[in-house]
Amino acid sequence: MTTARDSSPLALDEDAPPPGRPGVRRRSLIGWVLAGGTLSVAADLSLGAEPAAAAVPSPPQVPELYDLGDLQTQSALPTSQLIRIDLDAEGFAHFAIPRMEVGQGITTAAAMLIAEELEMPVEKVRVTLAKARPELVFNQLTGGSNTMQSMFTPIRVAAATAKGALLRAAATELGAQVSALSAKSGVVTGPTGTSLTYGQLATLAASAEDVAVEVSLTPRREFAVIGTARNRDDALAAVTGRKQFTMDLEVEGALPTMVCRPPTLNGSPRSVRNESAVRAMPGVTDVAVVDTGVAVRAETFGQCIDAVRALDVVWAGGPVDGEDDESVLAELRRAELPMVVPKVPILAGTLDLRVEFMFRSSAALEPNCAIADVRSDRATVWAGLKAPLVAQRDVAKAVGLPIAKVEVNVVTGGGSFGHKLFGDAAIEAAVISKAMGKPVKLMWHRADEPRQGRVHPMATSRVRATMLAGQVLTFEQRHTSVVTDFGHGLGERLTAMAAELPANLGGLGLSQSIFTLTQELPYDFGVVTQLLNEVDTRFNTGSMRNIYSPDVACANELAVDQIAKRLGKDPYAFRMSFLKNAKAKRCLEAVAKAGGWGRSLPQGVTQGIAVHTEYKGATAVLVELDTRPETVNRKVRDAVTGPRVTKAVIAVDAGLVVNPRGLEAQMMGGVADGIALALTSSSHLEDGHFLEASWDNYFYTRQWNVPPEFRCIVMPSDEELPGGAGEAGVAASVAAVACAYARATGKVPTRFPVNHGTLSFTPKSFVPPVPESPVDGLSYTS
Amino acid sequence: MPQHTFRVNGESVTVDVEDDVRLLWVLRDVLKITGPKYGCGINVCKACTSHVNGKAFNPCSVPVSDLGPEDEVTTIEGLPDTVDADLHPMQEAWLERDVAQCGYCQPGQIMAAVALVKKVRAEGRSITDADLDGIRNICRCGTYTRIREAIRDGAARM
Repeated sequence: MTTARDSSPLALDEDAPPPGRPGVRRRSLIGWVLAGGTLSVAADLSLGAEPAAAAVPSPPQVPELYDLGDLQTQSALPTSQLIRIDLDAEGFAHFAIPRMEVGQGITTAAAMLIAEELEMPVEKVRVTLAKARPELVFNQLTGGSNTMQSMFTPIRVAAATAKGALLRAAATELGAQVSALSAKSGVVTGPTGTSLTYGQLATLAASAEDVAVEVSLTPRREFAVIGTARNRDDALAAVTGRKQFTMDLEVEGALPTMVCRPPTLNGSPRSVRNESAVRAMPGVTDVAVVDTGVAVRAETFGQCIDAVRALDVVWAGGPVDGEDDESVLAELRRAELPMVVPKVPILAGTLDLRVEFMFRSSAALEPNCAIADVRSDRATVWAGLKAPLVAQRDVAKAVGLPIAKVEVNVVTGGGSFGHKLFGDAAIEAAVISKAMGKPVKLMWHRADEPRQGRVHPMATSRVRATMLAGQVLTFEQRHTSVVTDFGHGLGERLTAMAAELPANLGGLGLSQSIFTLTQELPYDFGVVTQLLNEVDTRFNTGSMRNIYSPDVACANELAVDQIAKRLGKDPYAFRMSFLKNAKAKRCLEAVAKAGGWGRSLPQGVTQGIAVHTEYKGATAVLVELDTRPETVNRKVRDAVTGPRVTKAVIAVDAGLVVNPRGLEAQMMGGVADGIALALTSSSHLEDGHFLEASWDNYFYTRQWNVPPEFRCIVMPSDEELPGGAGEAGVAASVAAVACAYARATGKVPTRFPVNHGTLSFTPKSFVPPVPESPVDGLSYTS
Repeated sequence: MPQHTFRVNGESVTVDVEDDVRLLWVLRDVLKITGPKYGCGINVCKACTSHVNGKAFNPCSVPVSDLGPEDEVTTIEGLPDTVDADLHPMQEAWLERDVAQCGYCQPGQIMAAVALVKKVRAEGRSITDADLDGIRNICRCGTYTRIREAIRDGAARM
C-alpha cells in the first residue's frame, strides 16, 4: 500500500481489504484514492446509512421510526460498492450517478454536493447517468424519493477525498504543508500566493495504487453551496432542444419501430392476415409477431403508424375481457377487510367513510420507448430506466443471453412518475430486435399508454372512527386495492432484508410490508389501525408518484374534516390540536397563515386544508376552490374545465434541503398532480379495455386548471440529512382539494376523481388501435 | 419517391419521402432535427409545437406535401437565429426562472409562448390570464406556474 504523501494519517491497518470489500474498519469516514492517470476517488455508496431501531413498539407506527427510505438506504449496506469521481486535466469533476434523472433534479443536486466538498464551481461538475452496474445489486433503483437520502453522504465523502488528494499533491508541488494551503473555486493557493488549478493538479494527484484515506466532511454551518437555490444543470440543453432523450439518440440501423396492439387489455396476436401487404407499404422494412402485438419497423415513425393502422390481425382475448369499473369495484368490495373496532363506550359516535379511487395512467409525456440492438451473442439497450439492473436481468431472460452479455444504458427520461420503474419498453424492444434480427428504436404510440401501459391500481379506502367527549377514540382504515406491481426490484430488497426489518413486518406479504413502511397517521386518534388488502393481478400496474399515499391521505383527511365537523371544530384548529407530528403541525400553521385560512371569500369559493407525513418529512397544503357556475362552466375547446383551484399554498419540511429551487419545483408538480387526481384524471375500464387513448381523453392538469396563485414554503430544518421530496407534494394536495370540494358541495365525494362519472370524450377506435395523424395542421396556425 | 423542398431554420432543404408523411417525422427521422418532440401525434399535446412562417403550428399534423419551397419552418433549434442572438429572450426568461423539469415539453412550450406573444402584440394588447389559460401544451411535470411567469417575463424582454 502506498503511503499518503502528506500528514493525513491513515485510519486503516496496513492489511485493510481493498475497496468495496465488506469488513473495512470504519473509525470514521473513509474514502479511496484509486489508481489512475488522473485523480480518481471513490466512496462506499452505503456510507451514512445507519440501521434504524429494529424493534418497533406500537404506537408509534412503523414509518415514524423506520420507513421505506430506511429500507432502501439500509438495503445497500452489505452489497453496495463504490461510487467514483474523476478529475480531468481541464479541472472538471466527472461523476456517473447510479440513479436516473427524470426531471426531479438529482444530477443538479449531486453536482452541488460535489462542488461543496471539493470547493469548486458547480458548473465544472459533470454528472451523467451510470449504466446498469450489476455489482450494485439493490443499489441502483431510483424510487421512493430516496436518492438524496441515500447518496448524500457517499457523494460528499468521495468529493472530500478528492479535495484531500489535490491538497496533498499541491503541498508537494508548492513545498508547503497542507495546512498552509487553501482550496477555493477549483484553485489551490499556497502561503506565498502561488496557486495551482485543479486541472493542473489532476495528474499530479493521480495515484498508482488504491489508497484508503480518512476524511472529514464540511460541517453544516459552513455550507456555501448546499441549501442555496440552484438552476438545473441541464436547463440550457432543455430550452435549446439539445437535451437528448431516448428517441433523440442515433444508433446505427435502429429504425423507427411501433407495435400494433390488441383491442383488449393484455390480449395477444394469433395471426396476421395481411403481413405481405403491410411489408410492401412505403418505408416499411420489417413485420414481426411478438407476444404483445405485431411489430413494424419503418424509415419513419409516421410510416409505422400507417402500417400499424393497416395491419389486419386476429386477436386472442385478454384476461379482463368483459370487465369494467363496476365489476372490479365489486371485486374490491368483496375483498375489503373487516373493521375490528375495539370496545368503546356505548355513547361514542361513529364516523364511517368509504371512498373509491379509479384507475389512473402513470404515463409521462415521453411515451414508453427504448432502443435495442440484439445480436446472437450480445445485446445493447438504451432507455429511461429507474431500475436498470432489473431491466438487464429481464432483457437477458427475454432474449436468452447471459446477464453479462446485456449492456443497459440509462438515458435521461422525459418524466417518470413511477412509470419508468419498469423496463417494459426495453424488454419489448429487445424481443423485437431479436425477432427482426436488426436494431430497433421502439416507441409506444400515445394511445398505447393509457390503454396497455401501467396504471395506478383502482382502490377503495374505508375509514371508521369513534369519538366521545371531543376526543377521537379509534381510527381504523382498510385500504383495498388491485395488486400493485413491485416487480421493479423493491420486492427483492424486502426479501433480502427480511431479517433486518422491524419486527412488526413479520409475516406480512410484500404489498402489506410496503404499505406498513409508508403509511402513518400523524394524529393522536387513540387506537389506530391501517391495513391493506390487494386482489387481482390481471392489470398492468405500478406506483404512480407515490404508492398508496395519495389515496390513503385523501380518505384520511376527508375523514378528519368530517370528525372535526361532528365535534363542532374548525378543520384547521382541529388538526392543530390533534396532530402529534411536530413537523406536520409547523407546515400546517405555515400554510394557514400564508394562505389566510378562514378569510372571507365569495360564495362558491371554499378553502381546503390537509397534511401528510412521509419519508420522515411533512407537507401541508391549503387550497381555495372556485365552484361558482361561471367558473365551473367556463369553455375551453376540447377541455375539461369544472371547479378550479384558484390558490394553492404548500409547505414542505423535507429535512436538510440541498437545492430549495429543485424542491419547490417538485412541490409545484405535486400540486398539479394532486389537482388532477382529485378532480379530472382517471381511466375508464369498459368491456375489457381502457377507453382513454390520448391527452384529449386523459385529463391531467392543464393551463386552464392551474391555480393562478401558487406559493411554496420550504420549512427550515435542523436535520442533518435530506428527506424524500419527489413524491412528497402529491398526497396533501389531492387531500386538500378533496376537502375543499366536500366543503363546497356539502357532500363528501365517494369516488375520485370527482368527474369520473362523466365521460368527457368520444372513445377512439380499438381496431385499428391508434388514431390517424391529422392532415389539417396548417389550418390551426396561431 | 417524391421530392419536397421547403425551408428549415433558415436553410432550404429537399427530402425524398412520400407526400403524406407528417412533417414531425420528416424533421425528426429524416432531417434529424429532434427539438420538436412526439407526445400524441394527433395535435393535442403540443409537444412538437414549432413555427411555420412565424406562426405556431404542430408538424405532427401537417403532411410534408403541404409545404412549398418558400415556407419557412422554425424549430426550437432555429429560434435564436430569428433574433440574431445566442438565445431568444423567451429562452432567457425560461432559464432565469428555471422553468424546465424533465424538459421534454419545453421546446414546444417556448415555441408556443413566442407565437402567443407575437399574436397578442399584433392585436395591440398584452398577455392576459385568459391567454395563458388557453395554452394547450401539456407539461406532465406540472411546471405550469413557472411557464406563466416566464411568458410574461419573456414578453417584456421581446
